[in-house]
Amino acid sequence: MSAETGVMRHAGRRLLGLVPTLLILITIVFFMMRVAPGGPFDAEKALPPDIQANLEARYHLDEPLIQQYFRYLGQVLRFDFGPSFQYRDWTVNELIAQGFPVSLTIGGLALVLSLLVGVSVGVLAALRQNRPTDYTVMGFAMLGISIPNFVVAPVLILLLAVYAGWLPAGGWEGGWTRLVLPVITLALPVIAYIARLTRGSMIEVLHSNFIRAARAKGLPGRQVIFGYALKPALLPVVSWLGPAAAGLVTGSVVVERIFAIPGLGSYFVQGALNRDYTLVMGVVVFYGFLIIVLNFIVDLLYVWMNPRVRYGEG
Amino acid sequence: MSVRYFAFVLTCVLLAGCGRDEAPGPRARDAVHRQQPVELRMVDGRPAPEVLAGEQVLHRDNGNEPQTLDPHLAQGVPAANILRDLFEGLTAEAPDGAIIPGAAARWNISHDGRVYTFHLRRDGRWSNGDPVTAVDFVEGFRRSADPATASHYAHVLRPIAGATAVLAGAASPDTLGVVALDDYSLQITLVDPTPYFLGLLSHASTYPVHRASVATHGPRYPRPGNLVSNGAFVLTDWQVRSRIELARNPHYHGVDEVILDRVVYYPYEDSGAAVKQYRAGQLHWTWEVPANHFDWLREDYPDELVVSPWLGSYFLGYNLGREPFQHSPELRRALVLAVDRGILTDKVTRFGERPTFNLVPPGIGEYEPPAPEWASWTQQQREEEARRLYEAAGYGPDQPLRIQLRYNTSQNHKKVALAVASMWKQVLGVHTELINEEWKVFLQNRQQRVLTQVFRAGWIGDYADPFTFLEMFRTGHGQNDYGYSDSLYDSLLAQAASERIPARRRRLMVEAERVLLEDQPIIPLYTYVTRRLVDPHLRGWASNVMDHHYSRHMFLLKSEPRP
Repeated sequence: MSAETGVMRHAGRRLLGLVPTLLILITIVFFMMRVAPGGPFDAEKALPPDIQANLEARYHLDEPLIQQYFRYLGQVLRFDFGPSFQYRDWTVNELIAQGFPVSLTIGGLALVLSLLVGVSVGVLAALRQNRPTDYTVMGFAMLGISIPNFVVAPVLILLLAVYAGWLPAGGWEGGWTRLVLPVITLALPVIAYIARLTRGSMIEVLHSNFIRAARAKGLPGRQVIFGYALKPALLPVVSWLGPAAAGLVTGSVVVERIFAIPGLGSYFVQGALNRDYTLVMGVVVFYGFLIIVLNFIVDLLYVWMNPRVRYGEG
Repeated sequence: MSVRYFAFVLTCVLLAGCGRDEAPGPRARDAVHRQQPVELRMVDGRPAPEVLAGEQVLHRDNGNEPQTLDPHLAQGVPAANILRDLFEGLTAEAPDGAIIPGAAARWNISHDGRVYTFHLRRDGRWSNGDPVTAVDFVEGFRRSADPATASHYAHVLRPIAGATAVLAGAASPDTLGVVALDDYSLQITLVDPTPYFLGLLSHASTYPVHRASVATHGPRYPRPGNLVSNGAFVLTDWQVRSRIELARNPHYHGVDEVILDRVVYYPYEDSGAAVKQYRAGQLHWTWEVPANHFDWLREDYPDELVVSPWLGSYFLGYNLGREPFQHSPELRRALVLAVDRGILTDKVTRFGERPTFNLVPPGIGEYEPPAPEWASWTQQQREEEARRLYEAAGYGPDQPLRIQLRYNTSQNHKKVALAVASMWKQVLGVHTELINEEWKVFLQNRQQRVLTQVFRAGWIGDYADPFTFLEMFRTGHGQNDYGYSDSLYDSLLAQAASERIPARRRRLMVEAERVLLEDQPIIPLYTYVTRRLVDPHLRGWASNVMDHHYSRHMFLLKSEPRP
């Protein structure tokens, strides 16, 4: 059997596995939300009972729980996540459709930036192992990982937006300038992490036999690094990338709040706090789907990059 | 407005003055050196054209995303702010909060105070050019009250005859006491004379409805392009949690007086983020400022930091359905007296909040909240009396009171709870367990009255009348999380509701508040203030206790040319 059909069969199996995973996810989250005290219509100014009843009837919350559960499953099958309780003029589908492109733009750019910068400085540090360049790069990486983004972001805003006036201090208005600060803030810890991963595995690869052989044959250093060493050295980065990418493109609550960005991350937190049942469910199902798909893509990438892994063999 | 408040403002001004002569503060480092506006000159009651800025676009932070822009579904402050710009009720408000004619040019009130007849403006137009008629208002009221609409706020319509039955689904919305006498006359019949009724008519629940748009667009009616409104502005863009943009409504009857071309509302939940955007020149108006920024804002933005009394009270509540407070008014009084409110507002909340021993905040017309006798004592006298009452209730150093104080997650509530608990500890030796609960959990516990002993509470008035505060302590009221029930109090409120002579009604309400404070189901602490940064170029607004600010009164001045 060829490797290609093996990959196809694996892909088919993984995509089939998506259905029970999402079903379990929906079930757990649905009942967890309902167990939480309070409801979507509780507020400081409590509603009179008759008005509360009108609202519950409107959203089918007066039906038995199990009936609501199956009603919801039916909706999900039609890709209809229902109306939001909190944002009453919008459906959950519309909210996700507005929020996801924002998160995807910022998260995607942050991911690309982190890969470019992280891999470059990681390789550089590995080539200059235990020399000043290495220590400097790794020192900054350690800083990048340990300083939380709710510290980095306000400092960046203060310096570049408030004092210098070069960039907007937040919001989702205007051109590309609005992207700069949030993307950098999101990317900083990821750059640091990728740099450390790359450096470690690059050093390991540089000491392996096939690289020594290549060097012994007299191949130029550049060709050895980029032609032979880089691909295997990136394997740990790639396997870490799946969950990391999902985390980036689904939006960071902290970054969204500080920069006042209308991304998807806050919907999840706000939805849970407001007991916006449909919004939380919609975002969870969407996240679940996204994470499964991203992991799957990473798996395929991994197969392509690592000659030792082949599906359907043996 | 009180002497204390003036003293506070004066202090701010003086402090600011000192700060200016010394080293430049952070403001001087801000890239946007906001220039001073030119001096305002008025011509025929309007700002002279040559002092106005070329671009009349107001950037206004609104604190949060509105839950909906459908006026009859709306609840919450963010939606109310935007809807006041989009729609116009029968009445409206001047910058200082005074009631002025809105869609109704004038009105008559019957002798018994129960029948209001409104005469609509003949030149009222919807944003698509259709005339605004009495029927649009009748249908608006009916839509608001109809259970099928599932409005959150329809209970403000309860003073109207038949509203209670309609809301309960027992009667058809047609039976509501609102009828169109002809195209431009509207009659509203009330159950009781309700002196604050005119104020309710600027509330979103009473706005008219453009029936054709609702029929065409259904739930998509409150969207840009679909929403037909009768106010000074129309909705032109809505990016959820990003921006809501309004443009001047060319069909509005007062369009010539509206100076702003556009208003952009931003839903920034993080007040720190909003302040940074203000400093970067992206906002003219913030919804609030973070409490911990107060000192440097006061020094560096003295002309822009606006602190003003708000119609709200912050207090703690007792659960009267449980020991130890159920049968012990002495103990309740002791805890009230042992709190040093001056320290609380000066050292803890720190934004010019006003210490209070009352439920109803000051600033509502001629209502004079009844001061309990201990309000005039020194704190030392209060503490002595507190110790005496505490011992009389059977507690002491050997047998300290152990209670739980619940509050919902928030930095401010936490600080207040900690301060109050330590004062009780210091003065009386009470052991207080602080319990922090997530918002919805807290609300549920408060309403169920099973777990709570002492809990955080507070109230922002729905309309400028003491009734909005007093009403919730009625026996069986949905908001009565205290389990307070007193027949005298209930009967005083009932009498006040049906009383049509304002002075007598006020006396009844003062008496009711006195009864309430005597029974002490709550621990009043302080009254709220609003605090925000406002660009000095923005004019045409004024502080008011309701914190209602119509964009249509506002305009932007141009800057003084740089020397």
